[in-house]
Amino acid sequence: MGWHNKVLRVNLTAGTCTPEPLNAEWAQQYLGQRGLATKYLVEEVDPKVDPLAPENKIIFATGPLTGTAASTGGRYSVITKGALTGAIACSNSGGYFGAELKMAGWDMIICEGRAAKPVYLFIEDGRAELLPADGLWGKSVWEVDEIIHRTHQDPLIRISAIGRAGEEGVMYAGVVNDLHRAAGRSGVGTVMGSKNLKAIAVRGTAGVRVKDPARFMQAAAAAKEVLAGNAVTGQGLPKYGTQVLMNVINEVGALPTRNHRDVQFEGAGHISGEAMHEPRPSDGKPNLVTNQACFGCTIACGRISRIDQKHYTVVNRPEYWSASGGLEYEAAWALGAATGVDDLEALTYANFLCNEQGFDPISFGATVGAAMELYDMGVITDAETGGLRLVFGSAEVLTTLAELTGRGEGFGREIGLGSKRLCEKYGHPELSMSVNGQEFPAYDSRGIQGMGLTYATSNRGACHLRSYTVSSEILGIPEKTDPLASEGKAGLVKAFQDATAAVDSSGLCLFTTFAWTLGDIAPQLDAACEGEWSVDRLLETGERIWNMERQFNLAAGFTAKDDTLPKRLLTEPAKTGPAKGKVNELPKMLPEYYQLRGWDAEGVPTGETLSRLGL
Amino acid sequence: MLRSLHIEPRKCTGCLQCEMACSYENEGVFNPARSRIKVFNFHEEGRMVPYTCTQCAEAWCLHACPVEAIVVNHATGAKEVLDSRCVGCKVCTIACPFGTVNYQQATGKVIKCDLCGGDPACAKACPTQAITYVDADWTGYDRMRAWASRTDAQPAAGTPA
Ligand code: SF4
Ligand code: SF4
Ligand code: SF4
Repeated sequence: MGWHNKVLRVNLTAGTCTPEPLNAEWAQQYLGQRGLATKYLVEEVDPKVDPLAPENKIIFATGPLTGTAASTGGRYSVITKGALTGAIACSNSGGYFGAELKMAGWDMIICEGRAAKPVYLFIEDGRAELLPADGLWGKSVWEVDEIIHRTHQDPLIRISAIGRAGEEGVMYAGVVNDLHRAAGRSGVGTVMGSKNLKAIAVRGTAGVRVKDPARFMQAAAAAKEVLAGNAVTGQGLPKYGTQVLMNVINEVGALPTRNHRDVQFEGAGHISGEAMHEPRPSDGKPNLVTNQACFGCTIACGRISRIDQKHYTVVNRPEYWSASGGLEYEAAWALGAATGVDDLEALTYANFLCNEQGFDPISFGATVGAAMELYDMGVITDAETGGLRLVFGSAEVLTTLAELTGRGEGFGREIGLGSKRLCEKYGHPELSMSVNGQEFPAYDSRGIQGMGLTYATSNRGACHLRSYTVSSEILGIPEKTDPLASEGKAGLVKAFQDATAAVDSSGLCLFTTFAWTLGDIAPQLDAACEGEWSVDRLLETGERIWNMERQFNLAAGFTAKDDTLPKRLLTEPAKTGPAKGKVNELPKMLPEYYQLRGWDAEGVPTGETLSRLGL
Repeated sequence: MLRSLHIEPRKCTGCLQCEMACSYENEGVFNPARSRIKVFNFHEEGRMVPYTCTQCAEAWCLHACPVEAIVVNHATGAKEVLDSRCVGCKVCTIACPFGTVNYQQATGKVIKCDLCGGDPACAKACPTQAITYVDADWTGYDRMRAWASRTDAQPAAGTPA
């Protein structure tokens, strides 16, 4: 159990909703969520497909522990071929939506085709139907949430939706659930929008059972103790959220600033987790209202913030005075350090807009940073921007662009392209701080060497969540390694990639792994669902998933040439801080990585590797 | 000594572990829809508030029940529903001013908190001590202590941290 063994197949072209059994054999090989849904995708979708064509599919998948009492057991992922990257995309989200889907009796939803007119999917336990979304199209995520709750007269419905960004073709539109939790990256919301699917609304009352309840409760309780007793998951994350990192990463000289021109941001202290706790001079209240948990989570890293009512962004706009999802580290970095803006309230407002209209704050902020550099160089001028002066550090520019991008208007349409397409359009592809079209998150790989290899080899474009070696290189979890050394990082990256692929397939949150090892996760999985789930089996499963994703990308047309970093990180040394004088030493790490992976010199898995993994 | 569930909403993170513990304890399934305790999220204010039966001394539900299906457990003070007697008339759900006894279509009976026979699963599951099981006469004790610690120490009144 852990599974209902039930998949919902939604054919948007035909307008049908059909239940089918979950492929139990695949669940044994690929566990669930990221792994299992990717297996479905690679079996059903041509890797060369245009991500925005009806032939692409988009899958909403839970893991075996989603909807159980395991701590953080509420996650789901959105799997598709990404609009931003053209690579395999898997974006993970918390909140309550994933657990609700499981509660309703479904393990996974596969959406295929394209609806002739906008629709939304409504699920009430075993009943699923496509309903017209005429009244929802053109609306924000927040409006959609309100209208669906009103229409169906049930406050307990959980909703996952796209905003206007997903309709307008912003290339990094996300899928937002429960108002401010997001499957944010790689343009999964853009794909959803291309299918004319506005939202999925679920109400579930069937519940979730596990294989061996007594053993499961014991394993889950023991694992919760580990989270509570750990300094990061028990204290740091609940108090500061991921924003606990802002000052730390700045100090080690790995906070990419102004489109990676610098590696330290003089304004970091103003936009940090600590700053969110400080009473504001204007109204005496802190930005942070409270922390909030996702379903089942005993860490509770989520930030709930309120914007200062007197701040220029929201004066006389009471619709933005309510508490909502506040800044987490990656968003604060992208909206702040990447653009040189240190106005915490402006960043919070821009973050609200990202949630409201459904677009990724990382790619958005990083793209604004790139545009600012092009403006600084005189490549983009006032003629293109409609008079907006894109100077680094301008809060007004940031918030105006967030408004325009969310609505797909004016220069916001250019920002909505993402940095790769934008920089190519203006003749400077080298200034896009991205890999395979996806913008870097908040760690400069000159100061944290392992992250360079992480980004270059990530299966979904630049991403910290595919192998978070920051854990080891900066925080010393599970073991401290030197962030400035490239030696030994190939093995570290591989180990993190494989373990992470397994965690992402379980229904649990990756943040548990600041405290948990796979040794804490395996007993919970083993008690919850069929299969002898051991640490070794999880690692092997993770490696299988990684290679399957790689195969998809290779078939989509990516090659070893794409396993690289922008020139800036490989040739322009960091200017300040502990990493001063360093570039990223990717060329030293990559060959060893291929070798450890069992790939040939072209980065292609050898026949032996594939057969060892049963691929 | 009788004990009560003592709820402090300010500590609640909205994780719903209490709802899952309750449904598991009472029905063997993880299912917030079968929980006797519910957590309400006033999202515009950033407030999460757990709510369940407070076990009234003169319980409206118990007095209203026409077939005496709601009885007092004298060991715990809980007002418990006897499934064997409950006819699903829902009169108790009308009588309870707080809405904490509810009908279940699946069984045709009502459910309410029974304090888990004196060992509340929700309190044990709560990671933040937003729900504790304390001496019924002293649910205000912690708050008194917090204020007391400030008496004489602080010139102006505020909210104790
Ligand atoms: S750690 Fe944070 S993101 Fe992960 S489940 Fe908990 S609240 Fe959600
Ligand atoms: S005491 Fe037991 S029955 Fe009552 S709300 Fe808590 S878990 Fe549910
Ligand atoms: S378990 Fe505690 S923190 Fe979690 S929702 Fe219930 S009362 Fe709130």
